[in-house]
Amino acid sequence: MFVELGHFALILACFVALAQAVLPLWGAQRGIVPLMAVARPAAQTQFLLVLAAFLALVQAFVASDFSVSVVAQNSHSLKPLLYKITGVWGNHEGSMVLWVLILTLFGALVATFGGNLPAPLQARVLSIQAMIALGFLVFIVATSNPFLRVVPPPADGNGLNPLLQDPGLAFHPPFLYLGYVGFSIAFSFAVAALIEGRVDAAWARWVRPWTLLAWCALTFGIAMGSWWAYYELGWGGWWYWDPVENASFMPWLAGTALLHSAIVVEKRDALKIWTVLLAIIAFSFSLVGTFLVRSGVLTSVHAFANDPARGVFILLLLTIAIGGSFILFAIRAPVLKDSGLFAPLSREGGLLLNNLFLSVAAGVVFFGTLFPLFASAFGYAVSVGPPFFNLVFGLLMTPFLCLLPLGPLLAWKRADLLGAAQRVWVAGLVAGVAVILLLYVTNGSAVAAVFGLGLAAWLIVGAFADLAERIKLFRAPLANSWGRLRIVPRATLGMTLAHGGLGVVVAGIVAVSAWRAEDILVMRPGQTTDISGYSVRFEGVHPAEGPNYSAERGEFVVSRNGEDVVRLHPEKRFYPVQQQSTTESAIHTTGFGDLYVVLGDDQGGGARAVRIYHNPLAPWLWIGAVIMVAGGLISLTDRRYRVGLPGRRRPPAPAPAAAGTTA
Amino acid sequence: MAQQRRCARVTLILGWLLLATIVVSPAGPGAAVEPNEMLADPALEDRAREISRELRCVVCQNESIDESNADLAHDLRVLVRERLVAGDSDDQVVQYIVDRYGDFVLLRPPLKPQTYILWASPAILLLAAGTIILLYLRRHRRTAAPAPLTAEEQARVDALLKADAEP
Repeated sequence: MFVELGHFALILACFVALAQAVLPLWGAQRGIVPLMAVARPAAQTQFLLVLAAFLALVQAFVASDFSVSVVAQNSHSLKPLLYKITGVWGNHEGSMVLWVLILTLFGALVATFGGNLPAPLQARVLSIQAMIALGFLVFIVATSNPFLRVVPPPADGNGLNPLLQDPGLAFHPPFLYLGYVGFSIAFSFAVAALIEGRVDAAWARWVRPWTLLAWCALTFGIAMGSWWAYYELGWGGWWYWDPVENASFMPWLAGTALLHSAIVVEKRDALKIWTVLLAIIAFSFSLVGTFLVRSGVLTSVHAFANDPARGVFILLLLTIAIGGSFILFAIRAPVLKDSGLFAPLSREGGLLLNNLFLSVAAGVVFFGTLFPLFASAFGYAVSVGPPFFNLVFGLLMTPFLCLLPLGPLLAWKRADLLGAAQRVWVAGLVAGVAVILLLYVTNGSAVAAVFGLGLAAWLIVGAFADLAERIKLFRAPLANSWGRLRIVPRATLGMTLAHGGLGVVVAGIVAVSAWRAEDILVMRPGQTTDISGYSVRFEGVHPAEGPNYSAERGEFVVSRNGEDVVRLHPEKRFYPVQQQSTTESAIHTTGFGDLYVVLGDDQGGGARAVRIYHNPLAPWLWIGAVIMVAGGLISLTDRRYRVGLPGRRRPPAPAPAAAGTTA
Repeated sequence: MAQQRRCARVTLILGWLLLATIVVSPAGPGAAVEPNEMLADPALEDRAREISRELRCVVCQNESIDESNADLAHDLRVLVRERLVAGDSDDQVVQYIVDRYGDFVLLRPPLKPQTYILWASPAILLLAAGTIILLYLRRHRRTAAPAPLTAEEQARVDALLKADAEP
């Protein structure tokens, strides 16, 4: 019965979305207040209806109701409860419901907390939000209905792909979707602004917290996916430039650019057209990503042909949403006029340069990802893989990262480069000393990597240069500095952390790429091998039983300088329901490096193929990402960016250069 | 089992996302290079690994033969090592494989007329975006500097300032 109620709620949500898409917009255009007032309750109702549908689906999975087709295909009665729940979005239909749930959640949040938005703007934003929701709700009901029954129901389900039965991947999709879909708010605000023909500081102040929230979720989601790939795929790789990864990386790059350009709109009333365009592009990338993944057009032509209805439907949605917004942009953008003027060398100029690099990077990833598709249309089969992306991306990002610490130190309007440089000399010194020391230690064997680490040091120390300056660190008593730290705007603290976190990530990337050690060998029980200062002794394999799998569990003793450090238990698991096996690596981490052990195939006589890796600074990849997210969240708590509660007490423009330097 | 685990890695990456579209793909994590494939000569083996990382497992998704667990990847890894032992240079080994599988096998697209646009794309994008920014900045600088005062206006300003200074 719950299933039918869920089905009904979903269809009802379509009609609410239709009303919400049409009435408030009409009202806003004609100045009819009661019609505009429809938007808020409609957005809330729509969210509740989709939530009801989602919960009905969760209930069907938890109760193992195999009369529901999706449950029968993707669940199994013996699966642990956690994976029954996460299995809801471990399939196409369920994941689309989650997508729309998050979309309507954002709409409801704008409706609930956006009470101080001007009524016409709120009505228009919610209207656009509802149009997107309507498209996807119709898509679900028409082509991907999760509530279809099977008669007669099977005795048990097919189970979930064992690879998805992992905590890292179970929660990766919701965060990724929070990010993807979160950009829809920026998109709706951009389209509403184009319709109104007005973009001002207040507009930017409303858009930024939503973008920041989406960015945090997307950053976390991507990091989580990368972490999962690292420990699950069995050889310690963490980024593959796979089309599906790129699909999440493109909105991230565009969203990061948007986050920065919106600052200029808010503080200086400039770059309006560009910011609106970025908001449209960021969400367009999210939609393209959804399309690429859903249609499978990039990964397998057959997958596309298997279900052309879905691919064509999403392509149609994509054309309407992206095409429509771009046409609107072309017509209305000239209306938006910048009033803030600035010299090329200024904070604005620095942020513009940031946008140049980030958007070109997004463009390169986009073109590289789609190039094989274009080429195949001309009968040329080509692959664009990691070697291409690493090279091109590295060349683009190096100058960007070198300049990054200087940006926040530039003054608005007109800056003094020498003055900014004087404030980061410490960072330059630290980076220089680090490079010289490392060159000496490594004996000049990996010059590029040493400079990479120097760059990371420059980023990390440089990020804190501005903060140290503000709190007069080491120049005033520590208590005094602490007091100053407490009144530093949260947005500034957040920026410092985010930029420093990026430096930590860079250090991780460089070290793992340059100094990873590996040992692939056949080990007999009792045999010992040495790697990066560790001794690893193989003690044999014994069977183990999991809730829905059986495993071979390896026993390894790791020692350092003759003392036992840890016992590692890598596994090979076999899932009888799916007839699939997985490999679970075992990792010993010190925070500065990972010892990574993988159990391979039986080589006869108790001997095993074994892979052992030492990945220096690998944990920094994710520690850095978490620091970046923390920075974003701290920035979000800045009282000027209270989600949905931008202060209207202050006149919207000209905003004081609060986050910054003395002009 | 190992033979069944084909194209494993990408199926994993796509993970839950592609479950619906990739209907059946016998999957298991990639295990890549096996100990018994490796060459005794470490220098030669290092070269083999370098080459392997640049070659695509053509039955897989965006996965190098160094990472892949597919049978074909295994065959190619062995083939690469055979050519190296036979005394081929790195380029000759790669050419040998390309002759049989086409450019598709290269993860780093070769530089040729069909790919000029791809390799030029970063420079083109950078140049285009840079030009737009320069135009924007120039237009703004022009509006930024107001027209200088005429002599008459300057005289008036001076007079007003003077009047202001002498109360």
